[in-house]
Formats: sequence, structure tokens, C-alpha cells
Amino acid sequence: MSLIYPLTAGVLFAIGLYGILARTELIHRLLGANVMASAVFLYLIVVSTAPEGDPDPVPQAMVLTGIVIAVSLTAFALALLRYFHALSGQRALEDEDDG
Amino acid sequence: MAEAVHVMAWSSTLLIFLPLLAALLVYLVPGRRLGGWICIGVAASLFAPLVLLARELLAHGPLVFAFGGHDAPIGIELAADGLALAMLWLTNVIMLAVHAYTNSWIERDPDFRAVEFRTLVLLMWSGLNGLFLSADLFNLYVMLEIVTLTAVPLVVLSRGGTALRAAMRYLIFALTGSILYLLGVALVYADTGLLAISLLDANTLTGPVAATALAAMTAGLAMKAALFPVHAWLPKAHAVAPSPASALLSALVAKAGAYLVIRLWLGPFAAFDALVLVQGLGAIGVIGILYGSLQALRQPKLKGVIAYSTVAQLGYFLLLLPLATLGAWQGVIYHGLTHGLAKTALFLAAGNLIRATGSDRLEDLGGADRFIGGTLMAIALAGVALAGLPPTGGFIGKWWLIEAALDAGQWWWVIGITAGGLLAAAYVFRVLWFAMHQPDAATPTPDRNRVSLAMVWIPVLLASAAIGLGFTGDLLAPWLAIGAPGFDAGDTP
Repeated sequence: MSLIYPLTAGVLFAIGLYGILARTELIHRLLGANVMASAVFLYLIVVSTAPEGDPDPVPQAMVLTGIVIAVSLTAFALALLRYFHALSGQRALEDEDDG
Repeated sequence: MAEAVHVMAWSSTLLIFLPLLAALLVYLVPGRRLGGWICIGVAASLFAPLVLLARELLAHGPLVFAFGGHDAPIGIELAADGLALAMLWLTNVIMLAVHAYTNSWIERDPDFRAVEFRTLVLLMWSGLNGLFLSADLFNLYVMLEIVTLTAVPLVVLSRGGTALRAAMRYLIFALTGSILYLLGVALVYADTGLLAISLLDANTLTGPVAATALAAMTAGLAMKAALFPVHAWLPKAHAVAPSPASALLSALVAKAGAYLVIRLWLGPFAAFDALVLVQGLGAIGVIGILYGSLQALRQPKLKGVIAYSTVAQLGYFLLLLPLATLGAWQGVIYHGLTHGLAKTALFLAAGNLIRATGSDRLEDLGGADRFIGGTLMAIALAGVALAGLPPTGGFIGKWWLIEAALDAGQWWWVIGITAGGLLAAAYVFRVLWFAMHQPDAATPTPDRNRVSLAMVWIPVLLASAAIGLGFTGDLLAPWLAIGAPGFDAGDTP
């Protein structure tokens, strides 16, 4: 099997993680989380491929469920983000001591 | 045995689907009062499957239910053992108390979004019951997400910029945590082709892929459970949520992550018991206990104290990993039960104090003892249980842990366990000191009428139950041992 797919998944995962950790704007962090999730989905599809014969359906089912969950979480996060932006006019969380 | 399978099938179906259906019903029926009665009804009726489950578990040992008659690995199995049973009971008792409290709370607070609160809590309840019954790594992921998707909106229910900020931070942590957990699941499947925990063999899960999976899952779950050092979101989110929601988040939701950590490390990943690894995690647990307690001691706000106390108390769960004996297993579960009851009592009592004084600041509590003594009694009783003074549930849990540590020759954990208890006493009694302090002229006089009798007695009863657990240790120990992982040394408390 070609190595390009698992490697792509790894690179995407790293990009997503970097986005969450290094960016401060909330929309960037949310996109980072989505890129990370896509990397895991891609990896699961890699796992499901068989050198010969039918692909394994279990990881594909996991990806489908995972997409549903990722979409709902993203939708909720976006709604929260818009509400936050409308209320505070900010795009990022301030430092830790804002309580 | 056929009857036991039957009981397991019915019990797990009811435990998961009754709150789920009630959530839809509560959202649809008009009127705040009717919804409250539905919630109480669900809690009361779920005691029936819980009692039956407890009886069958004692008679037959761990129970398994395969959905649709398809056994693992094709089907998805639900399973119940002593640990799951303990968490299910804790969930039900706390849900009953919180719903009863909320019903009384909303009568004096017309702005409270009762329908949204109840719907979210019922969905969370279904997710928690499902999580404690799941025996499949991917099914656990789905349940974790249901709990997350209901826990974060509960924080926003109190509205305002601070709540939104806290919820956003919580959501970012939870999102990252869930993706890390899913990565772990994917790696386990790539390595073994299995997802059912019962089929995963600790002897084969030893390679680098399994190690990466374990690291990813542990990191992800730690973020969801707010285990030190990824706890930053918890104190803010739990302190800013409405008090009944804070109680659920601290007593149940944070614990669900810690529960899964010990399940994984002592179950399918038991081969990763290298000394450095488990001693390191135990040390992180102790640092969390000390850090959380010290932060709790210097919080200016009441709910900040209680929220940091959760960070501290969650640290005890990690102590199980280096000790890994039956005694420590039972001790940690017992500690979890006591903490759940005491923490709910504390947050509900804090809700009363904030209601009565109109302020969350400790300085404004002066003279509260003359007005709402019952609430302060609940705080004192819960504090005694958290500190682990005899004869409370906290004492039994800590005692079993200390015994396990001494038996294993790892005396250093005793220092952390004891220090955590002493510090818990200190931060709870600091709250009481403020309340009994002479009020100065600027302090508003507490308004007792904003707190009903039920709102005072529910925390008192919960705190008394946390103390009452101190008398039932020998009675409950056999249940906690059901389905405990096969530890190397066969010692019992």
C-alpha cells in the first residue's frame, strides 16, 4: 500500500494540532480541530483498505459516525463563537487571568 | 443465568433510553412544573433497574449484553461490573438530588432557563449511563461526545461574557481531547482489528502502536477530565455555570474521563505498568492534589474554591495506577462516590449562599451563619467527608488507599493522600470562617426568603450521605470487587 496516505494523515494531524496550540483566534483553532479530525478520518480509511479483497467496513462506519459528531460539534462551536463575537467584539480569548 | 442476561438487557435499555426519551418529552411539554415532575419520575423509576442489576451482579458476577444478539466483535456489547454499577448509582442519586433542587430553585428564579437545563441534563444523563455501560472503545467515544455536547451548553446557560469565555475554553479543550481519543481508537483498531474491550488482550497490546494509542487516549481523556496539568478550563467553567449545573459537571462529567483512564490503564493496556510510567502518573496525581488544594485555599470566590477542589480530588484517581491492587481499586471507587456526593452538596449549598447574599465573594459571606445555618451545616459536613475524617466515606476511601500503599511498600503516596485531606479541611473551613465572621457595614444582609427549605435540606442530605458511606464500607466492598481487574497480588482490604 502506498505510504502517501498515512503520511498525509500524519502531516495534517500535525498542522491541525499546531493550529490549535499556536493560533489565538478562535476560528483558527476551530479550523485546526477540524483539520486534525480529518487527519484521523483519513487514517481510518487507510486502516480499512485491504491489499486484496473487500475493504474492512468497520473503520468506514467509524468515519461516518465521526463525521456526524464532528459536524455537530463544529456547528455548536460556530454558534457559540458568533454569540461570543457579537457580545464581546473579540475574536480570541484573552490570557488566563480574565476570570 | 438466563434471568441475569434478561435483567441486564432490560436494565441497560432503561438506563440509556428512559432519560433520552424524557429529554424529548420535557422539551415538548409546556409548563415548568410538569417538566420537573418528569425528571423526578425518571430518577425514581431508574432505581428499579439499578437494584435488580446490583442483585444480579452479586449473584453472577459481571454481566454482558449484546445488542440485537450479535456478540463482539461483530456486535457492540454493553457490560456492567462493580465499578460501572457504582458510577450508575452515583449518577442516579445525584441526578435525583439536582433535579429536586432545581425544581425548587426555579420557583424563585423566573429567568432560569428551566426547559433547556432539563433537556440538556437528561441527554447528559443518558450519555453518562451509556458511557458507564459501554464496553467498546468506539461506543465510548460516541458517549463521551454526547456528554461533552451537553456539558458545554450547560456552562453557557448562565449567559454573559464570562460564561461564554469559559465555555469556549472548555469546548476547545474538549474538542482536542475527543480527537486525540479518536486517534487512539483508530490506532488500536489498526493494531488489533478489535474495539471490544473484553476482546483486547493486554499481552498483545504492547508494541509502539499501542503505546502511541495509549498516550493519545490518556492525553485526550485527561483534557476532558481536567486532570492536572490540563485542568486550566475547569475552574472557570465550573465556577461560572449555574450552581445545579456546576454540581453535575464536577461530580459526574469530570469523573467520567478519569473513570475511562483507569479502565484503560488497568484493562486492555495493563501491560504498560513499567515502574517509571505508573510512578510518574501517580506523581502527577499527587502534584494535582497539592496544586488544586493550594489554589482552592487562595480563591476569593466561593465557587472557585469548590471548582479547584475538584482538580485536587481528581488527582486521587491517578494514584490507582502505581498501586494497582484490589484494595486501591476499591479505595479509589469509594473516594469517587464520596467526592461525588460531597461535591454536589457543596455546589448546591454554594448556590444557596449566592442566592441569599447576592454575591459570590467569600468576603460578602459575613454573618451568613445567623441566616442560613442549614446550608453552612451542609458545607461543614461535606468538608468533613472530603477531608476524610473518620467516620466518613472519604476516610474509608483514603484508608484503603493508604493500606494499599503501605502493603506495596510505596509509603510516599501516604504523604500525598494525607496532605490532600488536611488541605481539603483547610479550604472548606476557610469558607466557614468567612461565613461566621462578623459582617462589616458594607456587607449586604442575606435574604433568607430567596432560599426554600428544600434547597437547604437537599445539600444537607447529600453531605450526610457522604458521611454515611463511612459506615457501609464492609457492606459495599464485595460489590466494588466484582469484575475488578486481575491484579498480580491477590490482597483484599
